[in-house]
Amino acid sequence: MTAYDRLRATRQNHRPTGADYVNGIFTGRVELHGDRRFGDDDAIVGGVGFIEDIPVTFIAIDKGSDIQQRIKKNFGCPKPEGYRKALRLMKQAEKFNRPVVCFVDTQGAYAGAEAEERGQGEAIAENILEMMGLGVPCLTVIIGEGGSGGALALAAADRVHILENAVYSVISPEGCASILWKDAGKVANAADALHITAQDMVDFKVADNIIPENFEQFDRMCDEMRNILVDDLKKLSKLSSDELRDQRYKRFRRFGEFDKK
Amino acid sequence: MFESIINKFKSMAPHQAVKCSACGKEFDYAEFEKGYMICPDCGKYNRMSARERINMVTDKKSFKELFSEYKSRDFLNFPGYATKLEKALEATGENEAVVCGLAEIGKVPVAIFVMDPRFIMASMGSVVGEKITLLFEAAIERGLPVIGFTASGGARMQEGIISLMQMAKVSGAVKRHSDAGLLYITVLTDPTTGGVTASFAMQGDILLAEPKALIGFAGRRVVEQTTGKALPDNFQTAEFLLEHGFIDNIVKRDELRDTLENLLKIHHKSKKRKGAAV
Repeated sequence: MTAYDRLRATRQNHRPTGADYVNGIFTGRVELHGDRRFGDDDAIVGGVGFIEDIPVTFIAIDKGSDIQQRIKKNFGCPKPEGYRKALRLMKQAEKFNRPVVCFVDTQGAYAGAEAEERGQGEAIAENILEMMGLGVPCLTVIIGEGGSGGALALAAADRVHILENAVYSVISPEGCASILWKDAGKVANAADALHITAQDMVDFKVADNIIPENFEQFDRMCDEMRNILVDDLKKLSKLSSDELRDQRYKRFRRFGEFDKK
Repeated sequence: MFESIINKFKSMAPHQAVKCSACGKEFDYAEFEKGYMICPDCGKYNRMSARERINMVTDKKSFKELFSEYKSRDFLNFPGYATKLEKALEATGENEAVVCGLAEIGKVPVAIFVMDPRFIMASMGSVVGEKITLLFEAAIERGLPVIGFTASGGARMQEGIISLMQMAKVSGAVKRHSDAGLLYITVLTDPTTGGVTASFAMQGDILLAEPKALIGFAGRRVVEQTTGKALPDNFQTAEFLLEHGFIDNIVKRDELRDTLENLLKIHHKSKKRKGAAV
């Protein structure tokens, strides 16, 4: 599959959404709504539950599985109130010393006028800043599209997993093609140039691990993903809050390719 | 067009004429710079190079540059990037889109970074991320406040996902600096957009902006396409952000130095209280 094939695969209708993974992996779930500032964003599903016997906070970007849901969920493009809900739940998780598990699937943060009015940039900036300092384990799984800052706002994590056909990119290949070649038709070239595939992410060490897709046996896939996440949490739970912060800092500190003259 | 006019400033002898980027009227460069590059005729805030800004706000001869040896590399073999870098280097005389160093403002020592929109619209790649991170780390070590002038088209797509990771890298350093109880002031200048807005531009303790500076996350055209509606003229201006509560103040160029000095002195003098949060 080319990078562009994979990008298209993440947008197929039958692909499981964030809420499907939440339902498949966690038990005893209670959804928690609202940012306590402005509203509740349906593009982000958040709450608490158990993974095996470990209490966790889950946060998932959810594109919705039919057209009504997709409209309600703004096609998985979160608004500032969505990111602020996520931040509220992360800080709550820290207070009660439970890990955070995020699922990312978005073309990008919503680019509407009201999102700008309510500080989309500030909301994402605050999430990244606070995630970098969170004193509990944070895991992120990129399950479909990892669209730029809108994805990173839930991905400044200790461990990042990515599904085999998921993509992660600094800009949408469409956006890149239209800026670079003034031709949105060159999406496939842009997708190649940007290096957006799961294998690219592992090569760059942006992701730690690729999770195989098995949508025909989705329950089994969720069981396997649960095992992977529990394994991570068991390892990370041995670290103190300061050790977690330190390790997360080092994880992101290493990114950069440059010369010194 | 903007950039090409400003690019010319650099190579100009002091008494050469420059044109305002808005009204096109010609002025003497030395006079123009003394007037903070605000057009005396139409009032336009012309964009400034990093070094012009450093001259404008820091105490004379106090600036000591750090990390100037870092240079970008086209590690993805991204179409056109190598040429773009070369041209930017040649046009600006800078190695990258941010200048970092230590300086004094009103005799208060600070760490300062200034982004330079003439260099590939100050997009953020590995070097911009690395230099700013190093500056925050140096500031933590020395217990210094950070003053950051932001200007950027966003993350540098020619460096793919690694440019996105710079947002988390810098944010981690900002967080550490903040947790150390140190002051970070950002001055948002025209244009501050995309991944820079969505990370360290908005993470200051105090956010100042220049009049009429464009500040936003998504580009205006993208927002127009998304909403299908005409946007107000002041959309994503400093004035718009002030009105919506996202910046602390708008400061004119001729008052900026004094404002920074006051803010620095206020924070310099406030001693830590025992049992304080940080």
